[in-house]
Amino acid sequence: MKSLAELAAIRDRVKDQITLRESGNSIRIVVGMGTCGIAAGARSVLHAFVEGIDKKGLHGKAVVLQSGCVGGCEREPVVEIICKGQDKVTYINMTAEKAERVLEEHVKGGKIVTEYTAANA
Amino acid sequence: MKELSLHLLDVAQNSLRAEAKHLRIALCEGEGRIRMTVADDGQGMPPDVLAHATKPFFSTKGTEGAGLGLYLLAQTVERTGGSLHLASRDQQSYPDEHGTTLTAELISTHIDCPPMGDMVATVLALLQGSPEVDLHFSHAVEGRTVTLDTRELRAILGTGVPLNTPEVLSWVREFLTEQYQ
Repeated sequence: MKSLAELAAIRDRVKDQITLRESGNSIRIVVGMGTCGIAAGARSVLHAFVEGIDKKGLHGKAVVLQSGCVGGCEREPVVEIICKGQDKVTYINMTAEKAERVLEEHVKGGKIVTEYTAANA
Repeated sequence: MKELSLHLLDVAQNSLRAEAKHLRIALCEGEGRIRMTVADDGQGMPPDVLAHATKPFFSTKGTEGAGLGLYLLAQTVERTGGSLHLASRDQQSYPDEHGTTLTAELISTHIDCPPMGDMVATVLALLQGSPEVDLHFSHAVEGRTVTLDTRELRAILGTGVPLNTPEVLSWVREFLTEQYQ
């Protein structure tokens, strides 16, 4: 059974890193979580990004945010990647698998996965 | 929506958008029924909005909302022969006690009743997006009750470690998954 003591240990381990992470997050990953997004599978896309950041150790580099419907419901799940000082990149028809590749190549490697972007569809 | 848990994520987003500070999601499965309650202390809806809330394409969010979330849930519930009820007190008329409570009962043996689906993923998505909200979740199913009260977690985490810290979310995932096993 998971214990609250474990949670206290997590707190002690990460509390000093939180401020550092927040100031370092230069990439925002925005997942559309409106009704249309949720119906199209945005929940698993969201978790793919959140867990991927944890697995790849991208804390303090990228942060995942949720937004409502921004239009373009037929292209959901939609994910926007906003890197400081660069144009926003919009990925459409996302899946958990595509999220993994976007994390690796775009968020980590800095190279846009053009075949998944709105501009290319 | 393929799962009830996705409907729940969707209607809970309405509560969060209405600036709820407390959110209670209570699920109870048994005897051929699924009862779902989503209660918040958000802005609430005045009667004229409440009357239209489950109608298709009715939205108060302007261009940001399609007005389909509650409608789709109502359709799903009614298709099983169940019922959905919304009660709300708007903040202007009830400054001290406002909010919205949605209750739905579905006939789970009906062929059109969707599966509950992944409630753990729904709770995690809510915590990830709104780590500051007090969420009380309970799910009674097959003789056990799965619960999560974020106030207990926050009491341990303090103010310095938000609930949507990846390590904390991983802990919550395992905490809930173990309770379902």
